Amino acid sequence: MSKMKATYGDTQDNYTRSLKIKSGIIFVWLIILTIICLLPIYILILNATRSHGEIISMTGLGSLFVPSSHLAENIKNLSTKTSEDFSLMIGYKNSLTITVCSTFLTVFFSAMTAYGIRVYDFKLKDAAYTAILLVMMVPVQVTSAGFVKFMINLHLTNSFIPLIIPAVAAPAVVYFMVSYLKSSFSQAIVEAARIDGCSEFRTFLQIAIPMMKPAIAVQAIFAFIASWNNFYTPNMILIDPNKGGTTNLRTLPMMLGILQSSQKTADYGMIYTCIALGIIPIIIAYICLSKFIIAGVALGGVKE
Amino acid sequence: MASAAQSRIKSISYAKYGYIFILPFFIVYCFFQLWPLIYTFILAFKGNQSAGDDFVGFKNFSDLLFSHSYNENDLLSSDKAVKAAARAIMAVDEQHQNFIRCLKNTIVLWFGNFVPQIALSLSLAVWFTDAKLKIPGKGFFKVIMYMPNIITAASIAVLFLQLCADTNYSAATILGRSLGILDDGEFFNMTKNIPSEVVWPPRIIVMFIQTWMWFGNTMIMLMSGIMGINPSLFEAASIDGASSGQTFVKITVPLLSPILVYTVITSMIGGLQMFDMPYLFTTSKEGARIDNIETIAVYIYDKFHSGAIEPSYGYSGAASVVLFLITAILGAIIFRINRDEDEHRKKKERKELIKQQKSKNKQFGGLSI
Repeated sequence: MSKMKATYGDTQDNYTRSLKIKSGIIFVWLIILTIICLLPIYILILNATRSHGEIISMTGLGSLFVPSSHLAENIKNLSTKTSEDFSLMIGYKNSLTITVCSTFLTVFFSAMTAYGIRVYDFKLKDAAYTAILLVMMVPVQVTSAGFVKFMINLHLTNSFIPLIIPAVAAPAVVYFMVSYLKSSFSQAIVEAARIDGCSEFRTFLQIAIPMMKPAIAVQAIFAFIASWNNFYTPNMILIDPNKGGTTNLRTLPMMLGILQSSQKTADYGMIYTCIALGIIPIIIAYICLSKFIIAGVALGGVKE
Repeated sequence: MASAAQSRIKSISYAKYGYIFILPFFIVYCFFQLWPLIYTFILAFKGNQSAGDDFVGFKNFSDLLFSHSYNENDLLSSDKAVKAAARAIMAVDEQHQNFIRCLKNTIVLWFGNFVPQIALSLSLAVWFTDAKLKIPGKGFFKVIMYMPNIITAASIAVLFLQLCADTNYSAATILGRSLGILDDGEFFNMTKNIPSEVVWPPRIIVMFIQTWMWFGNTMIMLMSGIMGINPSLFEAASIDGASSGQTFVKITVPLLSPILVYTVITSMIGGLQMFDMPYLFTTSKEGARIDNIETIAVYIYDKFHSGAIEPSYGYSGAASVVLFLITAILGAIIFRINRDEDEHRKKKERKELIKQQKSKNKQFGGLSI
């Protein structure tokens, strides 16, 4: 009896020990991956504190990982460097205008469409929902040649309209919201509101929207990030971003492209600082909202 | 017993509100997405540059998809007509070769980022969801690993160009030199005089960035898939003495396969759209082009983008149609996989509806008598 116990204990010890070793190895591997994830951003931030001269004269590993003291100087250079093509403040302003407007349109109209499909019974309901599912996967690139030609015909290029208004139609967001309504919105609420004499639009605005808040929040975060990071559409629609020299319509990612392509004359410290200023707001927002974001990504995976 | 108000409300048709609620979506969709899509298809059958209004049938497609042979001696011919004809065929053949090159680049780049990405994210997802392993700080690792995905792709492209692409001053060269892996920055030299000579370094950099950006996203999606598998299956396997390898092959992979297929296909569709990175890399330094990372999206963009030259909407449209067909086939596969379950549910719902209808009819029948 005691012998058996000893053997059993031994195997269990072996088992837990091998698990511990495995966990340890995985942990080390995870640390390495974390370093790989963070290293480029770390070097970016360090290089943002260096002057051009320091960056091109770096030689050893030691100097690569020690911060310098030129950050304020770089920021000052960036903010005073306003040619007709490049201006950091205008880039921020343009990006923010487009992003805020299109995020609002996306979540509001997607919620409205999803509500219409979920709550009402009408003849074309199934057809409409199937159409939304079908068009969900059409890539932007496929429609872009026709889109640009059409916008040129309408004289809408070099304006923010083609960048903001199309946000009303976001099939993937509608799909997500319909699924959300299916799982957590009861038809009885609508009927109760009707009995109380609430108009249909008021029911939607004052009852449905507050109830959809979690879904709206998640989708707003994603829509904001997608629009802030969008480089393709603005680059394609803003053919002449200076409109003959009077204004500058470039968004922040486009400004970065400008800074990069005029590299020979540019200051490396300034380029790094500009990249840092472009992505740090989004990293801070991400760290604050990471719980929602990761939950949202996981939801998207389960839903399919 | 329904109250008077309730039955009156039931008798009002709310169908029109349904249409009003979905109307804005469909108006904007048709105007900004559906019509451009149809228009792209129309453009695919029209001419290029100054001949943009002529209808040319399938010429754009045959130009892009098939090679065109010409006699090289004709190029040197003294007969002007023969020479011009050979020149024209050569120009068309160049289009074909560019298109095929971009298609190849797209596939190579997708494959090169997807294989390491899925290996990495699948193994991480399995470890993170394994209850037996004691890994501290899982939440922290998840947050960090997803982070590259939310950063502006254009910023990342410029950042990595700064970190890698410049021969002498880049962080990667310094790192490589001090670790003794690199003698000089030649590996990262992406702007040689003959762009087609630079094959793998830029491709590897793009593949690395794509993997770096997307493995966290894939990992979280796979994790939620694994957590959807009934945990008693894993318990049963571990009681039966299955090793973690056996559990992975016999339980995790088969039950995860719908989500795996979904991940593969969405990643392929995403890969076909790869634009920011290759575009900023190919146009980075004063016109120096890097032919071996130019993707199909960059090709389409270059053709219709009206810069200094006249845009070739025909070729752009034809390439878009090809891209659309590939995407449609991939999308159809996802639809097929998801359909079975959906149809099953729909059938159930329909049956229930019919049942309800019948019972309602009965009620009405009873009342009317």
